[in-house]
Amino acid sequence: MKAVVTVIGRDAVGIIAGICTCLAGRGVNVLDINQTTLQDLFVMNMLVELGENDFAALTDALNAEGERLGVNVRMQREDIFDAMHRI
Amino acid sequence: MKFEVGKNEILETQNMIDAQHLDIRTVTMGVALTDCADPDPARAAEKIYDKITRCAGELVPTCEAISREMGIPIINKRISVTPIALVAAASETEDYTPFARALDRAAKTCGCDFIGGFSALVQKGCTTADLRLIRSFPQALAETDLVCSSVNVGSTRAGINMDAVRLLGEVVKQTADLTRDNQSMGCAKLVVFCNAVEDNPFMAGAFHGVGEAECAVNVGISGPGVVFHALQKLEKDAPLDLVAETVKRTAFKITRMGELIAREASKRLNVPFGIVDLSLAPTPAVGDSVARILESMGLDRCGTHGTTAALALLNDAVKKGGVMASSSVGGLSGAFIPVSEDEGMIAAAKSGALTLDKLEAMTCVCSVGLDMIAVPGDTPASTLAAILADEAAIGMVNGKTTAVRLIPAYGKQLGDEIELGGLLGTAPIMRVHHHGAEEFINRGGRIPAPMHSFRN
Repeated sequence: MKAVVTVIGRDAVGIIAGICTCLAGRGVNVLDINQTTLQDLFVMNMLVELGENDFAALTDALNAEGERLGVNVRMQREDIFDAMHRI
Repeated sequence: MKFEVGKNEILETQNMIDAQHLDIRTVTMGVALTDCADPDPARAAEKIYDKITRCAGELVPTCEAISREMGIPIINKRISVTPIALVAAASETEDYTPFARALDRAAKTCGCDFIGGFSALVQKGCTTADLRLIRSFPQALAETDLVCSSVNVGSTRAGINMDAVRLLGEVVKQTADLTRDNQSMGCAKLVVFCNAVEDNPFMAGAFHGVGEAECAVNVGISGPGVVFHALQKLEKDAPLDLVAETVKRTAFKITRMGELIAREASKRLNVPFGIVDLSLAPTPAVGDSVARILESMGLDRCGTHGTTAALALLNDAVKKGGVMASSSVGGLSGAFIPVSEDEGMIAAAKSGALTLDKLEAMTCVCSVGLDMIAVPGDTPASTLAAILADEAAIGMVNGKTTAVRLIPAYGKQLGDEIELGGLLGTAPIMRVHHHGAEEFINRGGRIPAPMHSFRN
């Protein structure tokens, strides 16, 4: 299953490293990344392949990592964006 | 493998959910109960409880899992059942409240928010069971928490059953009296329809029609806030066809999301997908109001001249966007205009800009009817029945669904308001005409079905 991970928060050193380490430790492959900073705001979207991971458990792990880094992390299935924006 | 959608589209979707109140208003599972009929009423109630809990036991956890994965709130999980008058008819009893208690208990076991279908279809006439069911409304609605009831009193093909309308005027009043300690709340769970639809997922009027399958998943989506924000981005002098186009595009997006959720729920629950009901269903939260959409088109206040035209545009554009997005649009699809559940409607009613008469005119062009309207507690039953009859006539002649949820709030007068709490909101008491209609209502009988030609 593919999902979109969105990370938003105040820019700081180590956000990408923290999130990617969290994903890599669970065997989640990152397929694509979009990242920008708007003034001090860090915004990143990642397309990931969950593999055998349980969705709820991975969400909890990402939320915990987000809390440690002081950023907001959410993971949503890719389908919702496809349904809304592609015919 | 690359992103198929752009960064801005991802943020747009998330912004709709976070800031514009986009949600799945309800996932409603329809369950057929015709096989639960039994001469022994206790046995029938037991079969009803067993079947509902068997079919809908996984509804709430499944919806919660889908909500978490998609990142979209699913506000209500509900159940609709076969109109109980049809199921209870076989039972040898005059008191139908035990059936309501069985429904209530089943909904609570499943963890659902509401259960609809304590209902009767009497557009042409009432069976003995229909009359027993309607007479049991006041007690049943006072005793239960989650049970919603409805009666279809008219249709374009059958006309209006005015005997049922007269009876319901009295029943609505009794329901208000019996639930007087709770703001006459019972009336918020009682809907009177004309041309009721069989697959509506919204409460209080949901029931699982007799033409439906054993079980079905119907989804109701919301989104007044999303439409409002989309219109805010238009220039103030943008022509109305551009307004309609913007509403249509927005409706398309939210319907697509609703269909995705419906199909996912259907797959996981192993229950056929029924319909997506694309209704702009407001909540009392600021920024989630249909009235404010109408005002954003350029009206000083919802309820003033021009409101009916603006609502006609909105309702039609919502349907067009929805139909393009899904082949299974059904239910009531359009715009709801409940007073108590809409922050802008409440404000308009309090300021005097929005009257009952104007609301009635608005119901000619929107998807339902006079919804969640509180009137003085001393309003005569015949006047309540006359309001029901007027609204049913609009539905009958125009070939559309109309519904009425009136709350004759016990002990309340003009200038008062009732606090219903949660999504039901706050209802200011609205003025009704003081001239009576008692003689007209007491005639009873039937208003014949209208002509289908000479549509002038």
